[in-house]
Amino acid sequence: MLSRGANAGTMTTPKAADVMLHLRGVSKVYHTDRIETVALHDIDLQVRDGEFLAVMGPSGCGKSTMLNIMGLLDAPTAGTVELDGRPVLWHSDAALARVRNAEIGFIFQTFHLISDLNVLDNVELPLLYRQVPGSTRRASAREALERVGLGSRMHHFPSQLSGGQQQRVAIARAIVGRPKLLLADEPTGNLDSQMGDEIVQLLAELHRDGTTIVMVTHDARLAGRTDRTLRLFDGRQVA
Amino acid sequence: MWVHYTKLALKVLWRRKVFTSISLFGIGFTLMGLLVMSAMIDHLLAPRSPETRLARILHVSYVSLEGKDSRSNGGAGYGFLDRYVRGLPGVERMAIVSEPQDVNGFVSGEKVISKLRYADDEFWNVLDFDFVEGAPYGAEDEKGANQVAVISETTRRKYFGDAKAAGRTIEVGGASYRVVGVVRDVPFYRTAAAGDIWAPVSTNRTPNFREQLRGGFIGLLLARSRSDFPTIRAEFASRLQRVQFPDDNYNVIRGVPMTRFQELVRQVAYSEPEKPATARAMALLTGAALLFMLLPTINLVNINVSRIFERSSEIGVRKAFGASSRRLVWQFVFENVILCLVGAAIGLVGAVFLLAWINGSGLLPHAEFGINGRVFAYGFVLAVFFGCLSGVYPAWRMARLHPVAALRGDTR
Repeated sequence: MLSRGANAGTMTTPKAADVMLHLRGVSKVYHTDRIETVALHDIDLQVRDGEFLAVMGPSGCGKSTMLNIMGLLDAPTAGTVELDGRPVLWHSDAALARVRNAEIGFIFQTFHLISDLNVLDNVELPLLYRQVPGSTRRASAREALERVGLGSRMHHFPSQLSGGQQQRVAIARAIVGRPKLLLADEPTGNLDSQMGDEIVQLLAELHRDGTTIVMVTHDARLAGRTDRTLRLFDGRQVA
Repeated sequence: MWVHYTKLALKVLWRRKVFTSISLFGIGFTLMGLLVMSAMIDHLLAPRSPETRLARILHVSYVSLEGKDSRSNGGAGYGFLDRYVRGLPGVERMAIVSEPQDVNGFVSGEKVISKLRYADDEFWNVLDFDFVEGAPYGAEDEKGANQVAVISETTRRKYFGDAKAAGRTIEVGGASYRVVGVVRDVPFYRTAAAGDIWAPVSTNRTPNFREQLRGGFIGLLLARSRSDFPTIRAEFASRLQRVQFPDDNYNVIRGVPMTRFQELVRQVAYSEPEKPATARAMALLTGAALLFMLLPTINLVNINVSRIFERSSEIGVRKAFGASSRRLVWQFVFENVILCLVGAAIGLVGAVFLLAWINGSGLLPHAEFGINGRVFAYGFVLAVFFGCLSGVYPAWRMARLHPVAALRGDTR
């Protein structure tokens, strides 16, 4: 059974010292030849250190866009992003890559495992870009895989695993570098409810160990197990 | 890091068999061609029998006579070499040999065409022929205009079958020669040495050849060491100023003793002998190699770019987990270099077989082309260069993909 979080469904303003991630007046507008689409409008959000935040809303409301901006994969059209009180948006490509590598872990709905690499190699990936020596890298990846219960599947390839197992590998990859912030974009979206529960259980355990997690989900039941839920509608923060 | 890249590169190649086969065929074929060319140029310039002392030899193979209204370029005249080039400081030995000329002989009524060269007795000391029978003719033969000759193994076979040739007579070009020695065949590209029959210069019946400044002869200057080359050239240039011209048609003679490499440069770049235009020749050779690589490069670039569609998700993931664009460029270029090295290995095997076929076919007389350590190194460098050339643009395209778009599979 999943342990229930303290989600009261309300917004509180944390103290500045507790804030890990701060989006200030973030907007994102996409332009095509004729159309201007506002994906996010003036979002102001603070995520506390160690918080488990759910982001909900209908399809196309800007959830994933916001998660991409939080993860420094995309830049807002307006506004700033601060990580531990440091503005990070105007860094160079290499500096942003370093921040992503050291401080952020990603879990995607479609897992995004590299099919040509086995499970262990996939999990090692973030440490590879951190120039961690091979033996340490291997040991850390094994540890992460043990933690998600896949210690026996290290030399399997992604295609040899079930959806739930693939997502566990993705979680191991996300946590192997011990990031402060874990961003999960509909991590249970491609899984059946039982596997989805297992994944959220795993995320809850990581949260209990102090990892800050932001999870996009359509599932109110899963969102109920987080500390707080942020609701978006048409790119606006509604709750 | 590089182990990871290598492992991934090999896995990608193995998984995408059609792509890999097409790419490897193009790369292997291209590098095979370049390796064959490299092997040929290498053999042309390498010190091998009978030019084992090639590194110390300067060739006076090209002179230019100039007058008010006329100009004559080409081989040196025997008179010029004999009168003005002998005794240069720093020269250990000097030989004079004519350019090869076709002469006819008849064996059992069948016409046999051979390359005859007139060479003085020093020719056998400057060069290092491998005698399978007899010995070279000497100074007495040269002095006495004795009708003697050294012949190649192929010539012996044509005239005498499997029998010994030393002491027997050969009739070619309307003259009879007593065979004194038989040497192993010399590849055609050993330009100063190659031939079928060698006879003393004094047996040459061309009228007035001993007086000519320009003619069909080559002077071979065996220096004591390469460090003597500047001295030799300086004295040679000085002697050019003292040349006496037989008539008013010409009043200037130009030329310079050249190494084999400089000779090649002059022929490739059509440059003046005093200015070998090494840069131009190298540019021409490099340009030819690049032109040869152009089509397969474009082909490989296209194939690689199309791979972006297949691997965009991977690029997005790598970016999300900390790969910078620069690092991704290196990764994809490295992958391409690995592909090209595999292609080069195939090209190398192909080149070995092709060179063996060329050597055995008789297409290029007595060719002895092969792959040595140097040519192998050229192949390695070429493969890396080809890999970088065909990999940089696709890698750059891949690396600059927006991470979010890449994760979505959007490659714009």
